[in-house]
Amino acid sequence: MSKYETVIGLEVHVELATNTKIFCSCPTEFGKDPNTHVCPVCLGFPGSLPVLNKSAVEFAIRAALALNCEIPSFAKFDRKNYFYPDLPKAYQISQFDLPMAVNGYLDIEVEGQTKRIGITRVHLEEDAGKLIHADFGDYSLTDYNRTGVPLIEIVSEPDMRSADEAKAYLEKLKSIIQYTGVSDVKMEEGSLRCDANVSIMPAGSTEFGTRSEIKNMNSFRAVHRGIEYEVERQAGVLESGGKVVQETRRWDENKGITYSMRSKEEAHDYRYFPDPDLVPVIVDRDWVHEIKAGLPEMPDARRQRYVTEMGLPEYDAAVITASKAMADFFEAVAADYHDVKAVSNWLMGDISGFLNAEGKEIQDTKLTPAHLVELLKLQNNGTISGKIAKTVFEEMFTTGKLPGEIVKEKGLVQISDEGAIAAIVDQVIAGNPQSVEDYRNGKEKAIGFLVGQVMKLSKGKANPGLANKLLKEKLQ
Amino acid sequence: MLEKLTVSEALDKLHKKEVSSRELTEAALARISAVDQEVKAFMTVIGDQALAEAATLDARRLNGETVGPLAGIPMALKDNMCTKGIRTTCSSKILHNFIPPYDATVTTLLKNAGAVLLGKTNLDEFAMGSSTENSAYFTTRNPWDTRCVPGGSSGGSAAAVIADEAFFALGSDTGGSIRQPAAFCGVVGMKPTYGRVSRYGLIAFASSLDQIGPFTKDVRDCALVLNSIAAHDPGDSTSANVETPDYTSFLNGNVKGMKIGVPREYFAEGIESEVKDAVRKALDVLVSLGAEAEEISLPHTDYGIPVYYLIAPAEASSNLARYDGVQYGFRAEADNLLDMYKKTRSQGFGTEVKRRIMLGTYALSSGYYDAYYLKALKVRTLIKQDFDQAFEKYDVILTPTAPTVAFQAGTVENLLTMYLNDICTIPANLAGLPAVSIPCGFAGKLPVGLQLIGKPFDEGTILRAAYAYEQNSGIERKKPGLGKGGAA
Amino acid sequence: MKITREEVAHVARLARLEMDDSEMEAYTEQLNAILQYADKLNRLDTEKIQPTAHVLPLNNVFREDRVRPCLPREEALANAPDEEDGMFRVPRVIE
Repeated sequence: MSKYETVIGLEVHVELATNTKIFCSCPTEFGKDPNTHVCPVCLGFPGSLPVLNKSAVEFAIRAALALNCEIPSFAKFDRKNYFYPDLPKAYQISQFDLPMAVNGYLDIEVEGQTKRIGITRVHLEEDAGKLIHADFGDYSLTDYNRTGVPLIEIVSEPDMRSADEAKAYLEKLKSIIQYTGVSDVKMEEGSLRCDANVSIMPAGSTEFGTRSEIKNMNSFRAVHRGIEYEVERQAGVLESGGKVVQETRRWDENKGITYSMRSKEEAHDYRYFPDPDLVPVIVDRDWVHEIKAGLPEMPDARRQRYVTEMGLPEYDAAVITASKAMADFFEAVAADYHDVKAVSNWLMGDISGFLNAEGKEIQDTKLTPAHLVELLKLQNNGTISGKIAKTVFEEMFTTGKLPGEIVKEKGLVQISDEGAIAAIVDQVIAGNPQSVEDYRNGKEKAIGFLVGQVMKLSKGKANPGLANKLLKEKLQ
Repeated sequence: MLEKLTVSEALDKLHKKEVSSRELTEAALARISAVDQEVKAFMTVIGDQALAEAATLDARRLNGETVGPLAGIPMALKDNMCTKGIRTTCSSKILHNFIPPYDATVTTLLKNAGAVLLGKTNLDEFAMGSSTENSAYFTTRNPWDTRCVPGGSSGGSAAAVIADEAFFALGSDTGGSIRQPAAFCGVVGMKPTYGRVSRYGLIAFASSLDQIGPFTKDVRDCALVLNSIAAHDPGDSTSANVETPDYTSFLNGNVKGMKIGVPREYFAEGIESEVKDAVRKALDVLVSLGAEAEEISLPHTDYGIPVYYLIAPAEASSNLARYDGVQYGFRAEADNLLDMYKKTRSQGFGTEVKRRIMLGTYALSSGYYDAYYLKALKVRTLIKQDFDQAFEKYDVILTPTAPTVAFQAGTVENLLTMYLNDICTIPANLAGLPAVSIPCGFAGKLPVGLQLIGKPFDEGTILRAAYAYEQNSGIERKKPGLGKGGAA
Repeated sequence: MKITREEVAHVARLARLEMDDSEMEAYTEQLNAILQYADKLNRLDTEKIQPTAHVLPLNNVFREDRVRPCLPREEALANAPDEEDGMFRVPRVIE
């Protein structure tokens, strides 16, 4: 339909969750007082020298294997030279021509179609520090706590053709990395960062247009919006007879636009050369196999298994396996409860709702699989109604108390005694003559209202099935 | 006269309790007071701290506590090795006020060995030079003739040792910066194998070439000091995890059957004839002791200088980028960030440093990397292969240390002439080999140095040869006549 | 190859060095002298030669992932030319 075809490649930075920084023994913890997690090495003090963190290498290989990459047997570190106050040595230790991993891919699902996106390379490098700009006054402040935190940069092939595909790629990438456990991949905390190379070309063309690099997109939504904006901007430039220039542009979330970062453009020549302070990394095949053996089942395989072996609908399986913690939770509950669809309904419904509202991941809550198993069983054996189950859930989600305990404490056990319910039913029939008449005149729906009234009067404890049955009997 | 003792003599007297560390330290400090105005070896002297440290060590020795192998010996460090709480300048304006919050590994090792730090010695700024004339502060003088330079870049350390201002000193050697000043000043100076001594805390000039080593009054002292500083350091990725022998065990005088290669390229034109003569005489001594000498060829010798003057500046341009006025050192006043960078670096660095930063930046820059930097790395391979082949047949390689004796300050104006000073020493850095310079006589009143190059991690063999020569050289052990009003 | 004055100016910009005309002149001349001397490397055919970036045959030098004490902040900042609120202060960075 469109005149132009979009070409997108993503460069994704992921902070590795090692205990210490990549080249020194400072902790990687986030959010501490400025310049308290620093030492001569990460501060780039004269005479200090880097020593490579073995875990960082293993984490990088682990992530790369999960992304179906090849792991070359020889990798080395290079210096990328440029001046910036967040870079204490005035060079970043990175990998230039011989990275940890190459030639990978991941599969995305867009509009029901599976598409394979190539991954060019995965390399290790050190993170830079943070700049804080003073509200008043003509200065900035630097905090080097983040300096030297290990990063992997995952560079995709320019295989994506829309903002939707880019977003799907990023979501899948996040899911895979999360499964490997090498990072908490939180975009809002900056442990997952994404730059996009965007260009457009006339539909049907095979020659890519000039690309711009978009930075500062700090959420999945921002990536989607930023790319869409940029595609339109470039089309506008071409339509008005202009030329797209190769440049770095920054996404402004508030204004919803990208703008040129000319200040960063001047005379870039990074003068990469092998870092003489670090020796090469030789990755023998046994090491690769060992790391590979330690990888968990990846989301695609897990989804497949949920569908074929557990009989879960395709959609449910996709949603649940997107997050490893969610899938682990699901499996733990499913091991002790027979109805997997009921489990998945809870996870995709109330549980996801509460998690979203609180901005939490399931592993960060007081909720355990044992909670959900007990709740499902209480509901299944008729101890509580579905409605009460929701009340109990809210309580156990916030307090961490077990459902049985909550039910007992609050007297929420379902009323299944026919005599007790019959009394309430009589009350309801007496109090709602209009609905009673409607029902008798053939308005089947009116029964629902009357059951609701029984539930209300019983404070939700009446067995709704029994209430329904008794109402129908009495109104015949 | 205590300051005239060698390390081994002083240790002997300390063991026998004939002398205390405090007395040795006082003697060294008195000597510094007496002659350093003339020699200008020291950037910083920490007399009170040194005396306190010496007193502590004396007390420990009296208490019968175990003390380190160099306990009580006063010494000096080149001012590019970090010393916690003590100003470390690299003889540069850009680090004029830099006080490291940590010790270099060698500083720690020497402290552990019980050596007493007297102070920090002058160098060519960031170790770039062959004369100390590039120090941002002053030029150190050659104690044999104060009109002459002591060599460089570790000129302060070399001069301090021959002037008896320190019992030993450490220097660093990137292209000859220990050996050439050792030759010019008439002391023993060794650059160990790359990776033998930790570089942690040594302020980098060219990381793939830099190596720390000792300046001593004789070969035995060299072995003693090396014993204390040679160690694997997990804080330096390029530190080799190899066994460190007791280097004094090689000092047995036996060179019978030792095979010495004498490369003809090191005796070519450009090497002063008096230097050649002194070195050849030294070779005769070794042969008379039973060594076997043969002329050999190291065909790529001539390429050492251009390779070095591309690789070292390239690495330096990156290593010295951190001096930008943000975290430490000198910062120039400026309104904006770019100006702060430019003014800080332009005012903070001296001419030679800037020249090498420019050269190195160019050699790494887009479009020139392959032609200069990569080409240099490849020729470095050829130079290393020359040595690999020679060492299949020979145990040591013997050459002059420097093409000339010490020259007068301010007389070498041509850049390339200055750079050619390193022609005999650079190849060992490029190949990472151990090499020692020992005195082998005089040309006029100025000392000549003999260089012995060994196989990787075989410092023992060159020390064996050096010691055998030293014990049989027949050269009178002279000292420069300082403190008598100018040149002796 | 000969380095031009413009290239010298470009290199100075990359290296964050500023210089006046006479310095620029001098550096151009000196760099040319050194580079000309270095041209003798081109006499050697290095087509099949591997570069030597590290002279030691070392690889896989690692550190275990264990936290060790950091530098106290006062020490980290003790040499700072300018500081504020525990951070290093620099002229404003424009992004």
